[in-house]
Amino acid sequence: MTWWRRLLRRRKMEDQLEKELRFHLDQHASELIAQGRSPAEARRQARLALGGPEQVKENCRDARGTRWLEDLLQDFRYAIRMLRKQPGFAAVALLTLALGTGATTVMFTVINGVLLKPLPYPEPDRLVAVHGHTDSWNTAAYGEQHVAYLDFLDCQRQSRSLAMAGFLYNSAIIGEPGDPEYADLREISSNLFSVLGISILRGRAFLPEEDRAGAAPVIILGHSFWQRRFFGNPSALGKSVILDDKSYTVVGIAPAGFRLDGEEPDVFTPLGQNTAGFLRNRMAHPTGVIARLRPGMKLAEAQSELALMGRQLAQQYTDSNAGRSFLAEALRPDVGDVRSTLWLLLGAVGLVLLIACVNVASLLLARAVSRDRELAMRVALGASRGRLIRQCLTESAVLGLSGGVLGVLAANMGFRPFVQFWPGTLPRADEVQLDWHVLLFALIASLVTGVLFGLAPALRAPVRGVEQTLRAGGRTLTGSSRRLHSSFVISEIALAVVLLVAAGMLGRTLLRLSSLNPGVNVRNVLVTRMALSPVALSNPAGIRSAWQDVLDRGRRVPGVESIAAVDTFPMRQGENQLGYWNTPAVPPENQLPLALATSVTPDYLSVMGIPLLKGRFFDDHDRQGNEPVIVIDEVLAQHAFGNEEPVGKRLWVPGMSGPNWSEGNDPLRVAGVVGHVRHWGLARDDQAQVRAQFYYPFAQVPDSALRRWSELMSVAVRTNIPPLNVVDSLRHELRGATGGASGDQALYQVRTLEQLASDSLARQRFLLLLFGVFAGLALLLACIGIYGVLAYLTGQRVPEIGVRMALGATARDVIRLVLRQSLGMIFAGVAVGILAALATGRLLMHTVDGVQSTELFTFVIMIPILVVAALLASFGPARRASRIDPMSALRQE
Amino acid sequence: MPEKSDLPQGTLDLLILKIVALGAVHGYAIAQRLEQVSRGVVQVPQGSLYPALHRLENRGLLAADWKETESGREAKFYHLTRKGRTQLETEAASWQRLIEAVGVVLKLSEGGAE
Repeated sequence: MTWWRRLLRRRKMEDQLEKELRFHLDQHASELIAQGRSPAEARRQARLALGGPEQVKENCRDARGTRWLEDLLQDFRYAIRMLRKQPGFAAVALLTLALGTGATTVMFTVINGVLLKPLPYPEPDRLVAVHGHTDSWNTAAYGEQHVAYLDFLDCQRQSRSLAMAGFLYNSAIIGEPGDPEYADLREISSNLFSVLGISILRGRAFLPEEDRAGAAPVIILGHSFWQRRFFGNPSALGKSVILDDKSYTVVGIAPAGFRLDGEEPDVFTPLGQNTAGFLRNRMAHPTGVIARLRPGMKLAEAQSELALMGRQLAQQYTDSNAGRSFLAEALRPDVGDVRSTLWLLLGAVGLVLLIACVNVASLLLARAVSRDRELAMRVALGASRGRLIRQCLTESAVLGLSGGVLGVLAANMGFRPFVQFWPGTLPRADEVQLDWHVLLFALIASLVTGVLFGLAPALRAPVRGVEQTLRAGGRTLTGSSRRLHSSFVISEIALAVVLLVAAGMLGRTLLRLSSLNPGVNVRNVLVTRMALSPVALSNPAGIRSAWQDVLDRGRRVPGVESIAAVDTFPMRQGENQLGYWNTPAVPPENQLPLALATSVTPDYLSVMGIPLLKGRFFDDHDRQGNEPVIVIDEVLAQHAFGNEEPVGKRLWVPGMSGPNWSEGNDPLRVAGVVGHVRHWGLARDDQAQVRAQFYYPFAQVPDSALRRWSELMSVAVRTNIPPLNVVDSLRHELRGATGGASGDQALYQVRTLEQLASDSLARQRFLLLLFGVFAGLALLLACIGIYGVLAYLTGQRVPEIGVRMALGATARDVIRLVLRQSLGMIFAGVAVGILAALATGRLLMHTVDGVQSTELFTFVIMIPILVVAALLASFGPARRASRIDPMSALRQE
Repeated sequence: MPEKSDLPQGTLDLLILKIVALGAVHGYAIAQRLEQVSRGVVQVPQGSLYPALHRLENRGLLAADWKETESGREAKFYHLTRKGRTQLETEAASWQRLIEAVGVVLKLSEGGAE
């Protein structure tokens, strides 16, 4: 019989045991009677020979091997009975725990999805990212370096350790079917899907022979794009799609949720069909490379093989590849900077959970003290200390687990709103799900909390002085238990102080940041990206006149005050960082100070409302052929020229030198100085590594770079009516600028500057909201805890207070007595809390942009709130104590 | 009456297995047989017999079923399982070896004394 079957048949086994022993006794007795004893005497002797029947049974039960489980079940049933007998206590404890574990589980669910889950490809640990590497590359500023397409092809062909796939970020205008639309395009090598281990949903992946120049144009649709443009109709296969005026045949549809580098592209085309010059140039490094380790190969082997191939290429192509090599590292999801924020939030909810634990622990302890008599009775009846501890822990584990179940239910409802309220888009948001990792976490969290808050009451299970306890009737309170109670209150207050101060710091940071001057006038400005007609992009003259046409047409739209084109605008990801120097003796590129370079058209200053401090801004004379000029901001003026007059001075910018930006050592003339703009957003600008800025005329961008620049440009419009009201007419007016009858130019990512400025504080606002909620919860829990502990402690002191009142103490004296006790605990808690809060402040400074050192002010504001709330919570028990009738209190004794 | 001595550790199980191996018996009969066979040399407290039976049953060395005795009462009869028989053989053998080894050692020390 297996143990669980024995367990299920417990009742029957008990009967049989009884029957077996009775048979033994009867048999023995009848034999003795046959020998001539009297029946009574015979039965007595038989029983003596066997021993105490209950003890024998107990030993038999032990021999069954299911003892621990039976005990557990017994404890379990007892625990539930105890909880049902005290529904108030059970409700408060369960609610507290559900809140604590629920909030913690929500945070863990998010962290699990965003940070811990592997990439959603088969065997993700065999996937590798390949980067280019040169010693002069500044990875901190620019990120990892991509690979030249020809280098990629060479490596792909030669590598024995890696199956390599390449991709290129691009965009295109979808002409047909439907309205012209900007589309996110990835040009991919034909093996990309197979390297990732993803099978195409419908149709097929690209064939190797399609991954070549001159092959028939084919296209794979992203799932969302297919849903949007073809309404999920499978007949899309074989249809043609017009992409930048070229017709492509749909051969496949990517599976739902397929992401490449964290994004879901709209369409894919074969990389090999792109004949652009920069793909044949080993000096340009546009290709992203993902690879899968071939069976049996290790990452280290791949690394040494890549290094070898890098050396060979460097010997073969000295001009372009000298000093260049390749690095391989495990492919990881790119989650940007959310990591620290998420861990910070988990830490904060962890504190709330701790407070919840402490609260329940003090409730349980109070109950345990009043149960001393019961426990002493059990010891007197033969229960061992270990058995009592086990019983107490089972009770708290039952509480913890039920709280955990409620918490998981709450988390199941809570994590979706959390992901939705996340400022901007949470990376990998669709991977945030309740799965067995989360359930395991919740189970462990609730068991650990159960043990945490059950331990203190369990460990005071009596061993000595059983007799005293029984006699005292459980009304005396030992000093150690009073100290334990106070330490609970102290730690609760300390934890609440930490959360309150953190919330206060975030609040002050937000106030300070939103009052900062962004450097631009954010009101009534619309910014939108703009894709020119593919026809116009064919030659430089066409591009220049197309942009001029866009500006002229835009200016005619009613409501538009001024309009400018710009490549990167403030408070948005995306920037162009260039090294500069103020003498002709320019040091190596990776030792240059960096500045943000922005190409603009002349009206940019008036559109953005940036103040001109010195000299002039650009005009129509600043074009190709005339002296190259720049306008610098006050930060760059200070860095490059100190207190000297900057206007008329020269700057050397290697990245923009000579008529083609690729040769010579020609300087740029500083034409004027403008105010600094918080390019990195209100919060981040102060801490940004690169703050210096300069502007250069779009008209002076050389022909060779014009097409690339044109793809990056945005349009900024200052309006005299609410900016969103001009969107439709602007879209309509700009669409037809150069194309056919319906036009083929598109606006995308239309936003107001005000919205961008506010979004740049979204992270801080979100954190403040959450910390505010956590701090509020902590305050509430701490108050409940103080109330409970004081009510209990004063309850235990009723006889003492009775004596004091009988001896002449007034109600006021009694209130003072109780409040003094609580004040002592509160101030001890505040003192500990301030120390912990100082450490937390440092943590916040490192993880949240814009938070400055912990100011005294925050403490001065937040701590009185806590003290007042705690005193209010202690006032109830104090008043009740002051109303004690001395006579009845003494009679109780 | 010879002096009674306590049963060495672990031998109770071996004795029970041996007795049950002779045929299916109930608890009381085992107790009696133990006393007869050992001629009162070893003292088996009846109280520790039943836990031992249950432990052996639990380990799968014994199996039991309810049958009528000659007097017509229902009693729990134990019999040996296949596993129990193997266990009995190995334990008996090792017991035998132990006795021989101890005997040799004892003789040795006598010889040394002469």
